[in-house]
Amino acid sequence: MGRFIARRLVQMLFVLFAVSVLTFFIFNVIPNGDPAVRMAGKQPTEPQIEAIRKEWGFDDNIFVQYATTMKKVVTGDLISYFTQLPVGEEIKKGLPRTLSLAFGAAVLWMFVAICFGLYSAIKAGRFADRFLTIISLIGISMPVFWIGALMNHYLGFKLGWFPNGGYVEFTDDPLDWAYHLILPWTALAILFIGFYSRVLRSNVLDTINEDFVRTARAKGLGERQIMVKHVLRNSMIPIVTLWGLDFGAVVGGGAILTETVFDLQGVGQYAAEAVGQLDVPPVLATTMFAAFFIVLLNAIVDIVYAYLDPRIRLQ
Amino acid sequence: MSTPPSGEPLLTVDDLQVSFATEEGVVHAVEGVSLSVGAGEIVAIVGESGSGKSVTAMTVMGLTRSPNAHFEGTAHYKGTELIGASEDQLRRVRGAEIAMIFQDPMTSLNPVMKIGDQIVEQIQEHEALPDQQARERAVELLEKVGIPRARERVTNYPFEFSGGMRQRVMIALALSCNPSVLIADEPTTALDVTIQAQILQRMRELRDETGAAIILVTHDLGVVADIADRIAVMYSGRIVEEGTLDEIFYDPQHPYTWGLLGSIARVDRPRPERLPAIPGMPPSLSDRPEGCHFRPRCPHEFSKCAEVPPLEARVEGSPAHRDRCWLTPDEKREKREVETGQIGLEHKPAAEPA
Amino acid sequence: MATEPATETTLQGPAAWGEQAEKERVHGLGPWRLGLRRLRRNKVALLFGFLFILLVLVCAAAPLWADNIAKTGPTDGHLSDTITVNGEQKNVVGLDGVPIGPQYWKADGKFFLGADGNGRDIMVRLLYGGRNSLFIGVTAALMTAILSLLLGVVAGFFRGATDAVIRTVLDIMWSFPVIILGTALGVALALGGLKIGPLEIPGDSLAIPIFIIGLVYVPYMARPIRGQVLSLREKEFVEAARAQGAGPFRIMFSEVLPNLASTMIVFFTLLIANAVLLEAALSFLGAGVRPPNPSWGTMIDDGVERVATAPHLAVVPGVMLVLTVLSLNVFGDGVRDALDPRAKVRVEL
Repeated sequence: MGRFIARRLVQMLFVLFAVSVLTFFIFNVIPNGDPAVRMAGKQPTEPQIEAIRKEWGFDDNIFVQYATTMKKVVTGDLISYFTQLPVGEEIKKGLPRTLSLAFGAAVLWMFVAICFGLYSAIKAGRFADRFLTIISLIGISMPVFWIGALMNHYLGFKLGWFPNGGYVEFTDDPLDWAYHLILPWTALAILFIGFYSRVLRSNVLDTINEDFVRTARAKGLGERQIMVKHVLRNSMIPIVTLWGLDFGAVVGGGAILTETVFDLQGVGQYAAEAVGQLDVPPVLATTMFAAFFIVLLNAIVDIVYAYLDPRIRLQ
Repeated sequence: MSTPPSGEPLLTVDDLQVSFATEEGVVHAVEGVSLSVGAGEIVAIVGESGSGKSVTAMTVMGLTRSPNAHFEGTAHYKGTELIGASEDQLRRVRGAEIAMIFQDPMTSLNPVMKIGDQIVEQIQEHEALPDQQARERAVELLEKVGIPRARERVTNYPFEFSGGMRQRVMIALALSCNPSVLIADEPTTALDVTIQAQILQRMRELRDETGAAIILVTHDLGVVADIADRIAVMYSGRIVEEGTLDEIFYDPQHPYTWGLLGSIARVDRPRPERLPAIPGMPPSLSDRPEGCHFRPRCPHEFSKCAEVPPLEARVEGSPAHRDRCWLTPDEKREKREVETGQIGLEHKPAAEPA
Repeated sequence: MATEPATETTLQGPAAWGEQAEKERVHGLGPWRLGLRRLRRNKVALLFGFLFILLVLVCAAAPLWADNIAKTGPTDGHLSDTITVNGEQKNVVGLDGVPIGPQYWKADGKFFLGADGNGRDIMVRLLYGGRNSLFIGVTAALMTAILSLLLGVVAGFFRGATDAVIRTVLDIMWSFPVIILGTALGVALALGGLKIGPLEIPGDSLAIPIFIIGLVYVPYMARPIRGQVLSLREKEFVEAARAQGAGPFRIMFSEVLPNLASTMIVFFTLLIANAVLLEAALSFLGAGVRPPNPSWGTMIDDGVERVATAPHLAVVPGVMLVLTVLSLNVFGDGVRDALDPRAKVRVEL
């Protein structure tokens, strides 16, 4: 276990390094990428640009620039080129919003997907199954920002059932927090509900035909016990794995569209805005933040997987 | 060889028919199988894959769960009808009264559940036993089937056992509620030959200890030679011959049985150049020949074979030895003789030591 | 056996029956014929397959509609124009900035689905936008499929150091947040275009979103392909071919590749669906197709901004997009069920 964690830490550092190098260099070699020109305003004079270059160190060797930037990432002194705000602070501000969105949506999609997937599998081939299959496929076929905008407009604005955007801190009022997040949660969860219920359905159908389920039946167990203890328990192992990976992916950038369309001002929206302005420091920081979550959840998932399936050994 | 105990049969299957509606039409997997087994008796159902032997065994347990399946006939267990019984009725019988051992011990145990828990689960399903006692029983059972250090092993997962050990776990599981009938569906097929012998030995000992009736489903006549009291040979959905072990081995009546006997490798006989095989293939389930199903592969086929031969006693003095072949016993002896060298038949020795 | 007299009768008489059965079993339907048969039986999948073809044909016919019925182009604005609806003059875009809604045939097919904020004909843009979206989707999926096949096969087949390098690259790409990466590249490239040696791609070219989308999905497809190649090469039939003296190239082309075909087909269908979705997402974030060029993504982006006053601007392109992606998903699903019922191919955005 100790060795596994150590290995994973090294791996994580390597991935973060690779991601930061790639991001940094992509933005430094692209045409029109010179930040000094864009920072200097609409009609900059050459001396103005030159001055900005000097001030921000854009005239240094690119490797030196990378090194100083990374030093700032580590010390938390990274500053946006355009808003001049500290990047670390902005991410810290957005993090609870992003985590609230991702966590609630993840719980929602898992719960609904288990219900859908299990029911679909039990009724395999019948009307209910076909109906849920089509619903699921529609779910994975909708762009999240589109359905989000429509929900916001019709359910929030027109019918007034839900607040039109905005975010309330969980610590201020948990109920209001959830109330404000219901629409974003739903919009984000729809895609995953469609996807997970289909994966679960096929896993359950595979498991139902396993020999050990027949054994469970031959033991005289009741249908409910067979479904829960033997079928669902085994079908859930790969789903839990997916769940962890997708949670990481959602925190690490997957929520960009949802956050933007509901104006949640989480880390994703921050990243989207920074990317739109080619503001390298926040782009670099949010990309690394995202990669960190993706790799972290990967490692956690491996540990959980080994716990759920005793046949797996951590290595 | 133990003599079959007399008395009321525990489980009686009468004219069981199982068919499946498939895309290619109705498939008759089992066509009128009758069978009975009494306490302490070991009955073997022998046949190749597709002969309907496993479907018969599964159906008795109510485990043929296809929605396209259609059943006819009866299966009585101690006065309870099993065919068409409700799930609740079946649950009371399954595991507690009739237990089953499956072919592949590698896949028949839940991979993510400790073996002890799997046994405890079954015990507590049928008896209100506190955890501690149920666990104690599980350990005893594992000891009884010959698993060393059972007390430690009870918390292991199936993947931590070898194939033979897993099959022992399956047997322990099956015995956990002292069932009166044990159905073993190819219990040794997936195992090494040496392990096969151990498992069969263990099953026979358990029968002697508990007096359970055992139905042994197998494709291998060799497996049953040691332990079966009676044998039913199935071919293409029908029982083609049934009788005591001695009757089947020393006076086989059906040409298919001859073929089966001929294809057993025997160490007590000069080795033939090549182990003989029955020519042809078993008929596909959806497209069986009229009359005797074995007709297309039978070297002795004649006009009468277009009619289905009834399963009846044809050998004088052996009322329980029944077969489905139109030839007279004398004709059979004669034709069988021709093939003696090949199928390895011989006359029953004058005196068989008990 | 041959010396045994009875054998002859066995083979000639009624035994021909058994022989027949044997032949049937050996020469049964091949996997492709079988798959096709299963697909043909899946009416829902076929229906959606036809829906997709229909959508493609309709979008391909965009110029016909634009020239003959709407009599305007996809980027032509009619901000200050008026049209005659039932003999009545109406502003295309109202004085309050609200564009005209769907007119259907009331204005002879002009502004069939209304106008957008710049007074452009939505129906025309929808058709041209569909052309762009579908073109991007198909081309990007093709690019992903080819790159993934190449990487997956090379890594899975040569193993060792080659595999390690490819796997590491894929792992790093996997750890990149897809949308951030795609948007960043999109924004950057759209500004100055892309110059690779003599090849120069202008910033508003469709090639840029194609390139980005095609690249971003590579790890999602290359990883499973690599895994499949690795397991295929351990299979008995590859072993057998090797034992017969087949070289690595023959093994690759005649043993491994044919077995990847069904995975590729399923993946490709689902990839198009996902590429169309990603194009929309990138366009929404301002990093896909450049305005005023239409695509369903840019149209939804426009529409979302004006959803409060003119919801049809968002609804119409969105419905087209959902129909397209849905038809591909249902059809792809059917193809998967037909070709390889047990495959667990995972494609996600």
